[in-house]
Order: sequence, then C-alpha cells, then structure tokens
Amino acid sequence: MNIFDIVGPVMVGPSSSHTAGAVKIGYVARKLMALPVKRAEIRLYGSFLATGRGHGTRYAIVAGLLGMKPDDSRIPESFSLAAEAGMELVFGEADLKEAHPNSVELILTGEDGRQLESVGESLGGSLINIARIDGLSANFSGEYPTLIVHNLDQPGHVAEVTSMLAHKSVNIATMQLYRAGRGDHAVMVIECDQEVPQESIAWLEHLEGVEKVTYYSLEERRENK
Amino acid sequence: MSFAQLKEITDAAGQLQLPFWRVILEDDRKERNVSEEESFETMRQMYRAMREADRSYDPSLRSASGLAGGDGAKLEQFRRQNNRLIGDFLTEVMEKAVKMGESNACMKRIVAAPTAGSCGVIPAVLLTYEEQRKTTEDNMVEALYVAAGIGEVIAASASIAGAEGGCQAEIGSASAMAAGAVAYLEGGDNDAIVHAAALAMKNMLGLTCDPVAGLVEVPCIKRNVSGAVNAIISCQMAMAGIRSAIAPDEVIDSMRRIGRLLPSCLKETAQEGLAATPTAQQVVKRLREE
Repeated sequence: MNIFDIVGPVMVGPSSSHTAGAVKIGYVARKLMALPVKRAEIRLYGSFLATGRGHGTRYAIVAGLLGMKPDDSRIPESFSLAAEAGMELVFGEADLKEAHPNSVELILTGEDGRQLESVGESLGGSLINIARIDGLSANFSGEYPTLIVHNLDQPGHVAEVTSMLAHKSVNIATMQLYRAGRGDHAVMVIECDQEVPQESIAWLEHLEGVEKVTYYSLEERRENK
Repeated sequence: MSFAQLKEITDAAGQLQLPFWRVILEDDRKERNVSEEESFETMRQMYRAMREADRSYDPSLRSASGLAGGDGAKLEQFRRQNNRLIGDFLTEVMEKAVKMGESNACMKRIVAAPTAGSCGVIPAVLLTYEEQRKTTEDNMVEALYVAAGIGEVIAASASIAGAEGGCQAEIGSASAMAAGAVAYLEGGDNDAIVHAAALAMKNMLGLTCDPVAGLVEVPCIKRNVSGAVNAIISCQMAMAGIRSAIAPDEVIDSMRRIGRLLPSCLKETAQEGLAATPTAQQVVKRLREE
C-alpha cells in the first residue's frame, strides 16, 4: 500500500472496492495461473454477493481473469470477451467462515488443466489481499513480486528457497510461513523487492518435498511455463 | 506506508524542518524507491486525471439503473442565475462534486480519492480552488500530498471502506483529506491542517452506507457535494483559529470505533436505511425485471 492507493488509482467506476478491487483480485489470480484460464468458478461472499450485481463486480472479476487492469474501458464487456476467449464461467456463493465482507473464492482451471484456488478480499480504495491459495493461508497484496511455495513441513525448505533468492540478489520484503499441522502441508509466502528469475522457479519446482510453486510477477507479459 | 497517526507526520515535519506535504513525499520516495521528481510527477498525473475527468463530464449519460446523470448540468445552468443563495466558490464546488459522482456511476474513468464512491470531494475542492484563486499547478500537487498523508493515516488506523466503516469512512475521509489540503493552500500551518481535517471528520461521524439497490448512486453522488462543502467550512473554521476540542488522532479513532459498532445492514449491504424504503424496493424490483 502506498499513497497512490489513497489518491488513486485512476479507474473505471463505479466502486473502488467492488469494481477496481475485484478486477485486481481476478488479475492476480490470472497471473498466478500464468496461462489463460479455461474455466472459472466464481463464488461470491458477503457484500460482494449482496450488492455485487449493481457494482458490476462479476464483470470486474472476469475482466481481471482476462488480464485487464482497473482502468480498462472494456470492463463492462468482459462476459462477451470471455466467451470469445473460450473461458467458461460458473457463478455461485462461497461458504467462508469469518471472511472479510468483500470476498470472492476463485476456482480456476488453466488451459493445461492445472488448478488454482484462491480467496481474494477487497479491502477498500481498491486495495486487495489474497487471503488463501490452494487451501492454505497466504495474505499478500499483489503490490510486490510474490513467490508462493507449497512444501512438506520438513527442515531445510525455507533455507533452500531463501538461499536461492540471496544467490539471485532478490531481497525479501515480507515472509510468512503457515502449515496445516506438524509434518503436514506447509506454505511460504514471500513478497520480494525484485523479480525472481524464471529458471529459479523451475529449479524450485524440482526440489524434493516441494509440492507446488506459484509466482506472481509484476511484469506485464511474463508467463511461468 | 509509515504513518498511522497525524501526530507522527507533524512531529516529523517539526524535526526535519519540512512542510507537511514534503514529509509525505519523502516517505513515498523511501517506500517506493523513486526519485523526488518521479514521485511528484506521479502525483501530478493524478491531479491531471482529475481535471480530465471533470472536463469530460457528459450531461447526456445515465447510469445503468437510470437513477444517476444530468444533475451536474442542472447546477451548471443554475450557476448562471443571479438570484442564487450561495457564492461563486461553493457553487462551483457543488457542481464539480456532482459531475464527478455522476461520471463514476456511468462507468467513466475517475480518480479514486480515497474511493470511487467519494471521488468527487477532493477534485471539486481543488479544481475550484485552482480556477478561482489562480494558483499554480505545483501548488495543487503539493495539496494532494497533504490529502494523501491524511488519507493514509485514516486508512492505517481506521478505514476507508464503506463496507467496514460506513459512509463516514468514505465521504468522511475524503472530506477530512480535502479540508487539510485546502487549509495548506490557504497558508495554514500544520496545526491548522490537522484540525481542519478533524473538524471535517467530526461533522461526518456516524454516516451510514445504505445505497439504493447497492449502487454507488443514491445517496452517494449528492453526498459528495456535502463532503466537499463540509471541507471548505471546516477549513474556514480552522483558519479562523478554531480547534477541534478532541485531538485529531482521537477523532480518527472514534471513526474506527463507530464503524465497528455500525451493524452490517448499514455498511454497503443495501439492507436498511434508504435502501429499505418503498421507493428503493421499487427500484430493486424494476432492476430485477429488466
């Protein structure tokens, strides 16, 4: 979050939380998927569910999933653009507990069949928080390049990832660790000041005990394939 | 962002011997790792986008619901009449606030400041000030830093989301930001700036977010007018030497606590208040049938 989230952004109306924030949640999910989305299940919660229709929230999320940003004037036409792109859309209600009032759960299938589940929250003033990724806590803003590593809860994985980042001269802005239970599935969420090189992400994916690596890049065209 | 209290900003300004706006710029430089020029030019782009949005107002547009549009043109016409009660400055502030709110409802490009629902308040005050007081654009950009600094404190220690804090968090925050910005332009010191903001916020405490059919139209658009006018009167009180009896940071904390106490039916869920009136229900029914 910076001052241009307070005075700004320049955006298409009508609502910073229900329109612009919703575009961003879709956009971050699209970047995490790193390839076009073939099927999107969009489950709305709270105020997103109650008033989303009037704010164009559903158009906004789909626009983001298509790679649009909040100032894109094509946002109101996103459903027809999704149809043209061959993206299947399914809408529903999310069954979340103690979630932020403006939340959406996205269950995405990529062109190669890969699945991604995320829960995004729109915090107001178009600020967002990605609260969960693939069933585990995450909490990142989409303002930094973000590396998300799912691994088994074993000694050494944090050291492997952080020494790789050090080797590539990538500075860590924030770092969080979560686990389902001792020795169970774990996740580390690392917001970085620089982009993580593509080959380093591929290297991480092949490490023993690493289950999945997801990366959110701020670079426009970057795809992690 | 590093400021969670207005006092932290004014203390830093005192220690570093820098104006309020400059403290916010320096913080932005550090936070985003940019040069002074880059930061200032980005803020200038925000100001110019506000001006562009004001100029591109289209009186023929109506929102998807049909509830919003055309009122800006009515105020523009009324401005030319001699028998109006209100003077030139506030008359223009009112007109610009309505126009921006209507453009937003009609899915045009605006600058969220701090939110889209409250996008009319700050530009109405600043664009009018620039036109009527003939100041430089650089001055206006500096005033936007003052607004941003006040807004970042409110976002950090209370909220700028209607769904969390009600309308006081949106129009109330915008009004406090605008009041501080215009106090700076009027030559007020840091104390006048933060008290202008506090006086403006106090007048907006308790405002609920109960929009008809959940749309950012009724009462949001016209409430931009009251937020903008409230900023001007709060500034004038502060410039006259009036101080908020409650410390500015405590006023912001009150807004946070009131926001938590407001029931969710009055926080952007369109379940109560104006949204529950028979007229509003008819609108909902009509929209459902369309």
